[in-house]
Amino acid sequence: MARIELAVLDDAPAVGLQALDELWFQVAGTVCNLRCRHCFISCSPENDSFWFMSREEVAQALEESVELGVKEYYFTGGEPFMNREMEGILADTLALGPATVLTNATLMPQRRARSLAQLAADSMYTLELRVSLDGITQEMNDDIRGEGAFRRCMEGVEALVEEGFLPIITCMRSWPEEDTEHYLEGFRELLGEVGYHRPRIKILPPLLMGEEAERTRGYDETERVTQTMMEGFDESQLLCTRARLVTARGVYACPILLESPSARLGNTVGEAAARPASLKESACYTCYLSGAICSNTPSSAGRDR
Amino acid sequence: MSGWPLDPFGKAVSARGEARLAHPADTPLTRIAVFGGIYSNHRALQAAIEDARDRGAQAILCLGDLGAFGPSPDRTVEILRNEGIPVVRGNYDDSIARGLEDCQCGYTDPRDNHYARISYEYTLANTSPRHREWMTGFPYRIRFRLGELDVLAFHGSPRRMNEFLWETTTPSHFLEGMATQEGADVLLGTHTGIHWSRALDGGRWYVNAGALGRPANDGRQEVWYTMLEVDPAGDGRSLSAEFIPVSYPVDLLADEMRDEGLPVEFIETIRTGWWTTCLEVLPGKERARGQW
Repeated sequence: MARIELAVLDDAPAVGLQALDELWFQVAGTVCNLRCRHCFISCSPENDSFWFMSREEVAQALEESVELGVKEYYFTGGEPFMNREMEGILADTLALGPATVLTNATLMPQRRARSLAQLAADSMYTLELRVSLDGITQEMNDDIRGEGAFRRCMEGVEALVEEGFLPIITCMRSWPEEDTEHYLEGFRELLGEVGYHRPRIKILPPLLMGEEAERTRGYDETERVTQTMMEGFDESQLLCTRARLVTARGVYACPILLESPSARLGNTVGEAAARPASLKESACYTCYLSGAICSNTPSSAGRDR
Repeated sequence: MSGWPLDPFGKAVSARGEARLAHPADTPLTRIAVFGGIYSNHRALQAAIEDARDRGAQAILCLGDLGAFGPSPDRTVEILRNEGIPVVRGNYDDSIARGLEDCQCGYTDPRDNHYARISYEYTLANTSPRHREWMTGFPYRIRFRLGELDVLAFHGSPRRMNEFLWETTTPSHFLEGMATQEGADVLLGTHTGIHWSRALDGGRWYVNAGALGRPANDGRQEVWYTMLEVDPAGDGRSLSAEFIPVSYPVDLLADEMRDEGLPVEFIETIRTGWWTTCLEVLPGKERARGQW
């Protein structure tokens, strides 16, 4: 059995970067004000294995990104708004291109929503807020995201909508796939109650790792990308052919593989861009099956057929 | 006038599916009308051709996506063929020509997918085989010289037919890198359905010609095309990109769409000027300007 596993790992394909379309920043490290039961990198108030990035560190990578032709910038954590320099970081970014922040929106008082709206208005590029909400009721959401998260998130969404944003509501699917329409309807109703009448909703497949592996199940041994699976496959569906993740501790292949040492590809964006990414991790299998779920729209991925 | 042909295929189409506009040697091209997605709106197409002629366009170029929301796709194709207007391959044309299962816009939103499917299946079923055959010859890119400027025309982006280049998601450095890589002074595309342009460094430009097929999600019934012009009296490198609104008989098109059993949502868009479907791909800023 051990020999078979080894063979599978050795056989793991690797893919090079086609173009650095997306640059991601682990801007809050693994520090989060919530403690979600499905977090794929187990972020929490105490998890400081990756620390905040400074505005200066982000600015250096931004400078590098211009020469590399980056098209979109994404900010994640942890909770990005735990980073006290976040608004300055966004101002620097929006001078160069579009920015997307993946947030739980629980740290979104009206004054912050207003200053974000000002940053967006001052830029010719779009500022997208992607808000994680994992249920259509308080009970359903807070069972995953912790007590009080639902109410604070809904207040945050309301503040953003009031300032003119159309936040992208993302939800990890925790129901059978055939029930999705029912839940979408539930989200539309719920968001309508806080004045969000034309919501953008993005349903994500579960990643069976970190806290989520504890909560449900992990990947089994057969759930790996193999060389054979890559034959005729559109590689551009994989985020690591189009993106890199900058952290306070180096540059990684993708935002999901923060805890995989082999996914650390260099100290600088340029170094990491030049090195191929291995698809040996089990999460690569989800990316393979579902396409680049991390991007805002599928249309930013994909090649002509 | 509009019938400046492409160099015969086989000679000028490169391995990358690129063609050149054939230039009469004694007539420098300085004024060209450019049409984005037609989406089977043959009435707007007819009106735009007449308007471009009135404004003295030396040539007309279509950037692809002949079919989609509108009625009777063959009508649009026949106008373009009769006029001899060269067409760049759009994702819709590519899908229709090859009989693919969808339009390659890549929607994941169930509602967008529902309407995209209706539109695509209708267009595929109602495009005649000989027109589909004609579409297989569309090049992916067309190059031409406008004054002293090298223009590269494509549907989505120089690298991908179905890449969306929106005004608020496309950094200048990204476009400048692409222009350098392609050795072009002007990058000319469509695909998003909303026209925009930006001056780049070194006197270079990106121009999105917009779409003739449906309004620009701006609450107006008019649709848009683009007139590119270089002042022949100058150094031949100073570009003007003018976006021109086109009025056409919206009611007549709406009647035809209804008669063909097309969704009321498509008719609502041409009547109101607000997009009602295919919304998922819009960035936040562009979407916030619309109604839905």
